[in-house]
Amino acid sequence: MSHALQDQRPVRAPKSPAPASLTRGGLPRWAPTGIAVVSVALGCGAGLVFGLHSKIQWGLLAALLFVAITYTASAVVENRRQAKDRVATSLVWVCFVLAVIPLLSLMWTTISRGVKVLDGDFLGHSMNGVTSFEEGGGVYHALLGTLEQVALATLIAAPIGLLTAVYLVEYGRGGLAKAVTFFVDVMTGIPSIVAGLFILTTWNLMLGFGPSGFAGAMALSILMMPVVVRSTEEMLKLVPNELREAALALGVPKWRMILKVVLPTAIGGIATGVMLAVARIAGETAPIMLLVFGTQLINGNPFEGAQSSLPLYIWEQYKVGSEASYDRAWAAALVLIAFVMILNLVARGIARWKAPKTGR
Amino acid sequence: MAKRIDVSGLSAFYGTHKAIDDISMTVEPRSVTAFIGPSGCGKSTFLRTLNRMHEVTPGGRVEGKVLLDDENLYGAGVDPVAVRRTVGMVFQRPNPFPTMSIFDNVAAGLRLNGSFKKAELADIVEKSLKGANLWNEVKDRLNKPGSGLSGGQQQRLCIARAIAVEPQVLLMDEPCSALDPISTLAIEDLIGELKERFTIVIVTHNMQQAARVSDRTAFFNLSAVGQPGKLIELDDTDRIFSNPSVQATEDYISGRFG
Repeated sequence: MSHALQDQRPVRAPKSPAPASLTRGGLPRWAPTGIAVVSVALGCGAGLVFGLHSKIQWGLLAALLFVAITYTASAVVENRRQAKDRVATSLVWVCFVLAVIPLLSLMWTTISRGVKVLDGDFLGHSMNGVTSFEEGGGVYHALLGTLEQVALATLIAAPIGLLTAVYLVEYGRGGLAKAVTFFVDVMTGIPSIVAGLFILTTWNLMLGFGPSGFAGAMALSILMMPVVVRSTEEMLKLVPNELREAALALGVPKWRMILKVVLPTAIGGIATGVMLAVARIAGETAPIMLLVFGTQLINGNPFEGAQSSLPLYIWEQYKVGSEASYDRAWAAALVLIAFVMILNLVARGIARWKAPKTGR
Repeated sequence: MAKRIDVSGLSAFYGTHKAIDDISMTVEPRSVTAFIGPSGCGKSTFLRTLNRMHEVTPGGRVEGKVLLDDENLYGAGVDPVAVRRTVGMVFQRPNPFPTMSIFDNVAAGLRLNGSFKKAELADIVEKSLKGANLWNEVKDRLNKPGSGLSGGQQQRLCIARAIAVEPQVLLMDEPCSALDPISTLAIEDLIGELKERFTIVIVTHNMQQAARVSDRTAFFNLSAVGQPGKLIELDDTDRIFSNPSVQATEDYISGRFG
């Protein structure tokens, strides 16, 4: 049977003759590192010789040299297929480095400038009675405001977003689900200032409430909701259908199946998504300016009176333009970054703790 | 305990596509009935209509009657959740809940359906795991995740989970197709024990398996791709494999196809 099949097939001569030996010349394992060092050195050297002022030009030169040298060396020592492979790998590395450099530079600038005035006093005091040009004062009122506004916004947006995602994945069929998906997509694109203006017209102007942390939190929740819906939706879609069927086949009602099987399976991803959404809104300034108004005093009640928040504080301090206020702005920026980073670490911790376990 | 299944004039659809056409058969209580037939002939679809899992698939729709001891599963006012508690199911691929331990997996059906006392739950879990011949292998690590077991153990865990809720009927959709011969043997032995208590319906592609485990065998076929599947014949397993009354059945089981 199989012989007959093989005989019918036309025998095609292979395009390239089979290699006589399976071994071939190869670059040593340290080659990529070595080439990287050499090309950085060459890039810097060329930059000095030709008097290029911008360090960016040095870097780009080094990156180009790295890719070019890798290709040439590999094409000479190895073969063309290997050379292409190495070029692809080196391009990935170059892109990675290009992406990381701004991040590291931002971290370095913020940390080096921010630590100057960052201490317990800075974290524990407000700007009450401190004029903008003086040294001293602190970020306590802004930190408190950010914490309360973000917590309120999460309390509003996370349940609504979660339930919307559950509806879309588990129940949504036909026109309504399509409409919801469409409007969530539209919401993703709402500029933060527009969300702020919306709350300003409805809550403050039409209903007559004054500025408060809660008004800001409502605007933030508008920004947060689509992000939560989108990420939760993706996570729920990742839950294997077999698990849903297994639960249903045990005679479990659908709502209970979602609550006890689908959501626990996806909880790690959902928590990460919510935390990323929190991180996104923690840095919003525009709606806070419009709705929370800003103050130099400590106001622990988010439902009444103006509050402050970290991004708003940074902007205020920057606007003053004195040496002392610049220092405060950088320190507040560092506090904000640390706040977001801690949230991210918490999310990762939850994800790891709750993730489906595979150990024996 | 075990119940008899009486199917009459049953057709199942996916949207507008008719997957199985006008099937009538009777499944006796405390027996093993095997479904054989080529892929796509609707065996699994038919199996899933027996505990109303077919309608979980988007667009899934059923016409006809399935009587479980004179009660129509598709009658007005019948709760599909109650049906699935009575008619349990084991799937092709082992699917233990990844977030739950071995104990919780077996207890899942009970816990999700209502609260049980802890001691009572432990009893049921032990009984079910023993019933699935898994107790000795896992009794020291009941709190470890169920997904850490081997494929065959996972499948027996799923069987334990299905029998823990004490169903009347157990449907098995190719339960051994992802398993090695030794695990398959373990499951087949288990089926032999379980039929003392349950009515068992098993879909299989392995004809030796059908011959080994079942009392009665049903052969399904479809006239062409895209056509709905039909029940060709249902008879005692001995007769199907020695002297079937329809030529198509003999062609299929002897490997002479079409």
